Amino acid sequence: MAATDEIRASSETLLGTSSARKPANMGQIIRWLLLFAGGVAMVMPIAYMISTSLKWPHEVYNVNLFPVEPTIENYTYVLEDGRFYHWFWNSIVIATITTVSNILFDSLVGYTLCKFRFPGRYIVFIAILSTLMIPTEMLVIPWYLMSQQFGWLDTTWGIMFPGLMTAFGTFLMKQFFETVPDDFIEAARIDGLNELQIWWTVAMPLVKPALAALAIFVFLGNWTAFIWPLIVTNSVEMYTLPVGLSTFGDEADVQWELIMTGAAISTIPTLIVFLIFQRFIIRGVVMAGLKG
Amino acid sequence: MYRNLTIRQKQIVWAWAFLAIPIVFYVVIRFYPTGTAIMISFQNWNLLGERTWAGLDNYQKFLSDPVFWKVFKNTFAYLLLGTPVSLVISFIIAYHLDQVRFMHGFVRMLYFLPFMTSAVAMAWVWRWFYQPVPIGLFNNALASIGIPQISFLNSTTYALPSILAPAVWAGLGFQIIIFMAGLRAIPKSYYEAARIDGVPWYTVLFEITIPLLKPTIVFIVVFSSIGFLRIFDHVFNMTTNNPGGPLNSTKPLVLMIYQTAFDSFDMGYAAAQTVVLFLVLLIVSLIQLRILRDR
Repeated sequence: MAATDEIRASSETLLGTSSARKPANMGQIIRWLLLFAGGVAMVMPIAYMISTSLKWPHEVYNVNLFPVEPTIENYTYVLEDGRFYHWFWNSIVIATITTVSNILFDSLVGYTLCKFRFPGRYIVFIAILSTLMIPTEMLVIPWYLMSQQFGWLDTTWGIMFPGLMTAFGTFLMKQFFETVPDDFIEAARIDGLNELQIWWTVAMPLVKPALAALAIFVFLGNWTAFIWPLIVTNSVEMYTLPVGLSTFGDEADVQWELIMTGAAISTIPTLIVFLIFQRFIIRGVVMAGLKG
Repeated sequence: MYRNLTIRQKQIVWAWAFLAIPIVFYVVIRFYPTGTAIMISFQNWNLLGERTWAGLDNYQKFLSDPVFWKVFKNTFAYLLLGTPVSLVISFIIAYHLDQVRFMHGFVRMLYFLPFMTSAVAMAWVWRWFYQPVPIGLFNNALASIGIPQISFLNSTTYALPSILAPAVWAGLGFQIIIFMAGLRAIPKSYYEAARIDGVPWYTVLFEITIPLLKPTIVFIVVFSSIGFLRIFDHVFNMTTNNPGGPLNSTKPLVLMIYQTAFDSFDMGYAAAQTVVLFLVLLIVSLIQLRILRDR
């Protein structure tokens, strides 16, 4: 007994795995400080964006991070303009609808491909997966022609139709439905639920973490989407936030405090969402990255 | 009629009912447009007039178009600078961050925040940093220590790396998170065995950590390469007055596609460029998978 304790103590010192907290050594402190400094440098662009949006025009050329007299004048000015309301609203609507659509359809297709046995299953799966290879940029010209033919140019539908379903989401959901035991589904069938009810009430609640990860990715992707909304919209009221910001900055070229305010308006919502759901989002990124 | 089917047959009916709308979507919004894009690449069309067959004309145009080759070179410059730089930086940060416990979550958050920003908004912020004295932060900093000005976005040499920097910056957080997940997946017993044998840290790093991280490295390399080959938002928004300038020195393939299609309305040539983009993405991904898997 005494001998094993002795061995354990010496092996713990050797391995550095002792359960008691060791005082941090100098190397660890330096490592932490460097990492912290790097992290601070990483958020500097965001910090400067917010700081400048709170400055008076005459103070913009000072490099100080904290405004001497903070003001929300820029925000009232930019929002009074009215255009940002349209852009903000368009972005919210488009990102929300595409997220809901992806949650429903990607999971429905993923579930079907995972849990049903039917002729043609493999072909459908390969066909959907193969669309991952096609870059969006290859499709924008045909999409534009299509929108022109059907009168979808410059409409909300026109902006969001390409993103209503994604092969990435389908694949991700299929991977996660593999973790749902077939017995659960079989039991629900015996209880007399139809297949739609089984999917919605039995399988979906079991993959909630994956649904959350998918929702975050789709929402963020559509919130920041640029090239397709830029192509499909013409009128200022139909712009999304990124497209609006792109033209807004252009005309306000010298008024950096106003540009930074616009940039802050489009960035702050996602930052707030991130700060609230941080653990959740980081877990989602890992899941989507490793399984997708 | 449905009642008379066997359980297996009912399942087939349900499966196709579930797939009906998505199949229509994928055919109409993904496959049909892919075919259209390839077809248009063999046609002449300015969006208003007749569509006429052009054979290989659009592809032959590449050979005599100096702008295309400049753009091709730029696209690979983004790839060859961006991918290794972001890979190395994110690995170094993830490697050290993984061994830090004190305020781990907070430091990780600092690195991840840029990933949540939109490229357009951040392109403007960086553009402002790059302005000459007295506006730009970087030039002000250089001036204060007595180094001559750098005209970041107006120089044909510095403009491309200057545009690449925010793209790398925004993607780092994602790569760090993925790397840390990969590092966590390595069994602790390997490290303990190495420590008992008294193996120095760099041998552990190169003989244990990096070889076992290979799947993660493959994923990050392929994923970030596709991103850099398709760079557009940052370039378009940091060179708005003259997209892709100065003198096309920053223009990537996607921006050229956009301009050919929606500024000069040469749809056939633009479609041919998208086919080239598709082939480049395909070939680069295949080569990377081949090389990285074999090692």
